[in-house]
Amino acid sequence: MVVAVPATRTRRPRRPVERTTDDVLTLAGSGVSAVSVCWLLFARFTDGVGWFGFLLCTFAVFLAIFYVVTAEHHGTLVAADRVATAVVVCGAVALLVPLTWLIGYVVAKGLPTLRPNFFFDDQRGVTPLMPASAGGGSHAIVGTIEQVGLALSWSLPLGLLAAVFLNESRSKWRRPVRIFVDAMSGIPSVVAGLFIFAVLILPFAKHYTVFSFNGLMASLALAMIMLPTITQTITVVLRLVPDGLREASLALGSSRVRTVWSVVLPTARTGMTTAVVLGIARAVGETAPLLFTAFGYDLMNPNPTSGAQDSLPLFVFKNVRKPDISAVDRGFAGAFVLMLIVLALFGLARYIGRDRSKQSSNRRRVPRLSSLQERFQR
Amino acid sequence: MAAERTPRFVTEEPAQVDRWFDRITLAAGVVVLVLLTLVGLFLLLRSRDALSVTGVWEFLTRAEWRTDVKPARIGVLGLVMGTVLVAFTAVAIAVPFGVLAALFITEYSSTRSRRYLTALVDLLAAVPSVLFGIWGFRFLSAQIEPLSRWISRHFSWIPIFATGKHPRFSGSIFIAGIVVSLMALPIVASVVREVFAQTPPGEKEAAFALGATRWGMIRLVVLPFGRGGIIGGAMLGLGRALGETIAVALILPQVAQVVFHILENGGATVSGFIANRAGSDDFTTSGLMAAGLVLFFLTLGTNMVASVVVSHSRSGAGVEL
Repeated sequence: MVVAVPATRTRRPRRPVERTTDDVLTLAGSGVSAVSVCWLLFARFTDGVGWFGFLLCTFAVFLAIFYVVTAEHHGTLVAADRVATAVVVCGAVALLVPLTWLIGYVVAKGLPTLRPNFFFDDQRGVTPLMPASAGGGSHAIVGTIEQVGLALSWSLPLGLLAAVFLNESRSKWRRPVRIFVDAMSGIPSVVAGLFIFAVLILPFAKHYTVFSFNGLMASLALAMIMLPTITQTITVVLRLVPDGLREASLALGSSRVRTVWSVVLPTARTGMTTAVVLGIARAVGETAPLLFTAFGYDLMNPNPTSGAQDSLPLFVFKNVRKPDISAVDRGFAGAFVLMLIVLALFGLARYIGRDRSKQSSNRRRVPRLSSLQERFQR
Repeated sequence: MAAERTPRFVTEEPAQVDRWFDRITLAAGVVVLVLLTLVGLFLLLRSRDALSVTGVWEFLTRAEWRTDVKPARIGVLGLVMGTVLVAFTAVAIAVPFGVLAALFITEYSSTRSRRYLTALVDLLAAVPSVLFGIWGFRFLSAQIEPLSRWISRHFSWIPIFATGKHPRFSGSIFIAGIVVSLMALPIVASVVREVFAQTPPGEKEAAFALGATRWGMIRLVVLPFGRGGIIGGAMLGLGRALGETIAVALILPQVAQVVFHILENGGATVSGFIANRAGSDDFTTSGLMAAGLVLFFLTLGTNMVASVVVSHSRSGAGVEL
């Protein structure tokens, strides 16, 4: 019987996250054997499962093999830890896949049919037999810009005031308003469209053209969606303004209005700009509320107060559902432009809200925006 | 002279301009309150035509939509069932991935990869739903079909995976659920991440000091601490998934029947159905208003319960929803 004497063994201290050649080989070996097993299972013994199912099964088999092999070497505790790490890392990487895929697909389908005339022509005189590059979506782009611009002009002042109310006042109404803002951010966008349709278009359309299907109504519906988002994000930014600044301003004898106007809002300006840009990015892509308000139209209609109007998401939605291939391709060209706009807005928001503390330390203090972008997702 | 020596009387009375400030901001806050109430009120008002013909109970329990017969037979049961099935499928996919992403961001990643993954999740939230829709409808659907076929062949003894005689696997609730899960994922991931980030570092260090591996620490400290947040995040994701419109309108065929076979072509959701029937006659529109009202209360209820769950859990007390 041999008794191990730990004191005489020289053991290098092992860091928990260390990775040795042995570990790498185990990982690679498990991967290769998992692929082989699943290939045998699906390609040889049973019917196919499609590449997607194959990937899922391979991953499950890989985890099992990896667990068994690691447990053999290091015990079950380490094995469970490594398997968990593999699952978490793969899960996080897996998020990358659909997004890159989606972007790649829209680029691959949209770019070939996109011609400069897409930005200058509408669908006048375009028949189903014409190629996809005939005509354009300028009417949709103009519609989108007008509708989102108008929607911003309704929702920004109101949202800003509501956020100031939630954060800077001491009213007892703050709690109910906050609950309602949160609830409003959850209402489906199609319901916002239905609401505008029910309140303004149904009863008044017969008497006033302002209240028929047009861009103005669309902007109101979009404002219903933007309002809670803008309010919530601006509230978060305002909360990041240090209380010391407010107190200093009030201690100097300024009124609360002056404090908000000259201290709080300028300090939070960068954050608020990001909030607004992200709000725009969201509104630009909304389709559902427009079905009941702007309605869609194939020709240029620059007047938002009269007559149905198109918009980019609506253009995409309607064309992709048409039976003729050229219309579908035209829809994808629109989708590509829409995606460019959204990506540009997203990049702009990140650029405005970037962390500038590294570049210059003596700059005025700007609220950090990492938490703001979390808020945007609500 | 003497008057100047007496101390100035300090008052808490707000200045005139501040009183106006209070009034104006209060008005803005109340507008939001009123708007939401008006939404419910007007949908109810406009849905009266349809509800008076069919009756409220029949409307809620009937699974067909026929306006060609007299009296019209319309009901939302099939739509609501479809909505719930799509939303649950979406959440069943989004929650595991959301939790994994949150774990990666809070526990595993370096600072740099954390930034990239956070940006990625944000970007996922910014992609318009119509793009998800055309991608799912034109591309992903065909990729998922073999998997659906395989599941239906081998697991059809589980009721929801059963299919009819000659099933078509495109345009199924399963595929719609996968696409919607991508849209529910950002909100789930962000809520869960926020909750995980609040795990007391003392408890984490205690677990490590007792010799726990990283997974052991997560299992014993982070996950139990974040349980309320995970449930709440899942419900918020559910709320988002219930209201998802355009992608579902593109993928599902939108027939107002009860469909249990999630792998098979068929099914409808309230929002998708409404979107597809935009611009119909007055009576149909009134029915759509009633359906919209049902959806409105469905999402409102889910979101309310979710925020209560999160704020009443230990981890979510400081999380603003």
